[in-house]
Amino acid sequence: MSQEILRIQKISGHAGTVPGEDTQREYKVSKLIDTTTCIGCKACEVACMEWNDLPFGETVFNNTYQTMPETRWNYWNLILFNEHEREDGTLMWLMRKNQCMHCAEPGCLAACPADGAIVQYTNGIVDFQQANCIGCGYCITGCPFDIPKMNPKTNRVFKCTLCTDRVSEGLEPACIKSCPTGCLHFGSKDDMKFLAEGRAKQLRDHSNFPNAGVYDPPGVGGTGVIYVLHDATRPELYGGLPKDPRIPWTVKLWKGPLKWLGNVAMVGGLIGLFVHYLRFGPKDRKDEDIHPGGEKS
Amino acid sequence: MSPSEQIIPHGHVLRYTLKERLTHWVAAGAYIYLLMTGLAFWSPWLFWVAVILGGAPLSRMLHPWAGLIFFAAVWNMYVMWAPQMKHTDVDKKWWKAVRYYSTNQDDKMPPAGRYNAGQKFLFWGFFWSAVALLASGVVLWFPERIPWNLRSLRYISVIVHPAAALFTIGLFLIHIYMGVFAERGAFGSVIRGDVSIAFAKRYHPGWYKEIVGDSSTPRK
Ligand code: HEM
Ligand code: SF4
Ligand code: SF4
Repeated sequence: MSQEILRIQKISGHAGTVPGEDTQREYKVSKLIDTTTCIGCKACEVACMEWNDLPFGETVFNNTYQTMPETRWNYWNLILFNEHEREDGTLMWLMRKNQCMHCAEPGCLAACPADGAIVQYTNGIVDFQQANCIGCGYCITGCPFDIPKMNPKTNRVFKCTLCTDRVSEGLEPACIKSCPTGCLHFGSKDDMKFLAEGRAKQLRDHSNFPNAGVYDPPGVGGTGVIYVLHDATRPELYGGLPKDPRIPWTVKLWKGPLKWLGNVAMVGGLIGLFVHYLRFGPKDRKDEDIHPGGEKS
Repeated sequence: MSPSEQIIPHGHVLRYTLKERLTHWVAAGAYIYLLMTGLAFWSPWLFWVAVILGGAPLSRMLHPWAGLIFFAAVWNMYVMWAPQMKHTDVDKKWWKAVRYYSTNQDDKMPPAGRYNAGQKFLFWGFFWSAVALLASGVVLWFPERIPWNLRSLRYISVIVHPAAALFTIGLFLIHIYMGVFAERGAFGSVIRGDVSIAFAKRYHPGWYKEIVGDSSTPRK
């Protein structure tokens, strides 16, 4: 977790391989969010705004705790509240800290056409480089978590950076630092996974949450943000966390087979027409004088 | 289309009015810009094209607007030409004989009207592609405005837009090949508006008969 963070592992829209690919390996980093000990205090939201210098947006009130419905281009970290009624009729607060998941296979990056507008560092952090962004919004379509948000004034897309600037200096992300209950942890992916599984086991064995488990969706290769959920079989209850997130298959088709087919067809078409001209030439012959300027009819 | 609108050189007939030619070139200009900027975002190997055209963010900003111009021009073509582009019995025969057409044995082709069946196919191909490109292009224009529960619109559009674009690229290549290289005289018709009588007789005998009339001698 040193300066090595600036080593790139994946890069969007780049003609050719990743510069300096795999010359050095690093631990994958991960953020662990234990939703079972989150109290919805929003300290992490404030810490994110503070560290990243983001303004507080306008709030709405509709008789719930959800005073801001979703993340914004300048509001990257949001607690989603759900008042969940259990089978026995009792009420349960489900609170989830929502932000970029830092997918191992990021759909945003796969969709992005601009050279280097989205990179994934060797430690797993997915970072947007606004200087290279062209504002096409393809990343919005590629992301299965609805995370990238467009600044309508500058047409650039923003999201949680996992505090790349802090992590590269050996610090933990600002949100982690602020959490009063200790439900947020930061470290290597392996360590966080170990911690999370331990906590889930504890919930299953001692706290009457037989479905407790860890959310680290394999459809996107695992994520750099993992959750402990009381009920891992129903992640949708937690602010619409997708059960089996994947890069949309049309995005894969578009960036995969369609690209190759299209390129082969275009180059093949050009060559085909050229060969046709060599073989058959123009339809009229000079001696027939059929083109304009010719008087013979 | 009245020939008296324009001065036609000796031995020529008017094929495209000024309005038709202008519409053609508005569509062509917009299309070529759309093609270049679109391909720049299609492949990282062509991204430099957008850089040359004033930068990728500018290309991203202008591409949809050029799309609107393109669509307006295509729509205008539809209004002007759709009745002439109807599929006829001659067209059926034309498709059956298309191998003679593509091997320059035009004397074996059934007599085409103002447009042969291939040109009609090109027209309808471009027209329906333009509709698909507009519909999917508008979704791609404002992805952030599409609500999350309608996201399948975005997923469809990222396939429909490039697929329709690729289809038009195929049509476009053949169109350029025919108009510039294979059928000499066709290019001039969309610049100056006229073709030689020999050209009209050879490639569009049905049309030629129509404009000069069966009995009359060719207009000199
Ligand atoms: C008819 C109205 C059209 C609209 C509103 C429209 C809009 C868009 C938008 C918003 C994008 C996303 C990125 C960008 O701006 O480049 C796009 C991409 C693209 N457009 Fe269009 N467009 C239109 C017509 C066309 C036409 C006629 C072509 C023909 C070549 C074309 C080819 C492309 C291509 C190749 C892409 C990139 C697809 C990819 O990234 O895989 N578009 N278009
Ligand atoms: S959550 Fe979305 S924005 Fe974040 S890395 Fe995954 S695909 Fe990209
Ligand atoms: S809007 Fe998203 S996909 Fe488009 S260039 Fe910017 S980061 Fe890449």
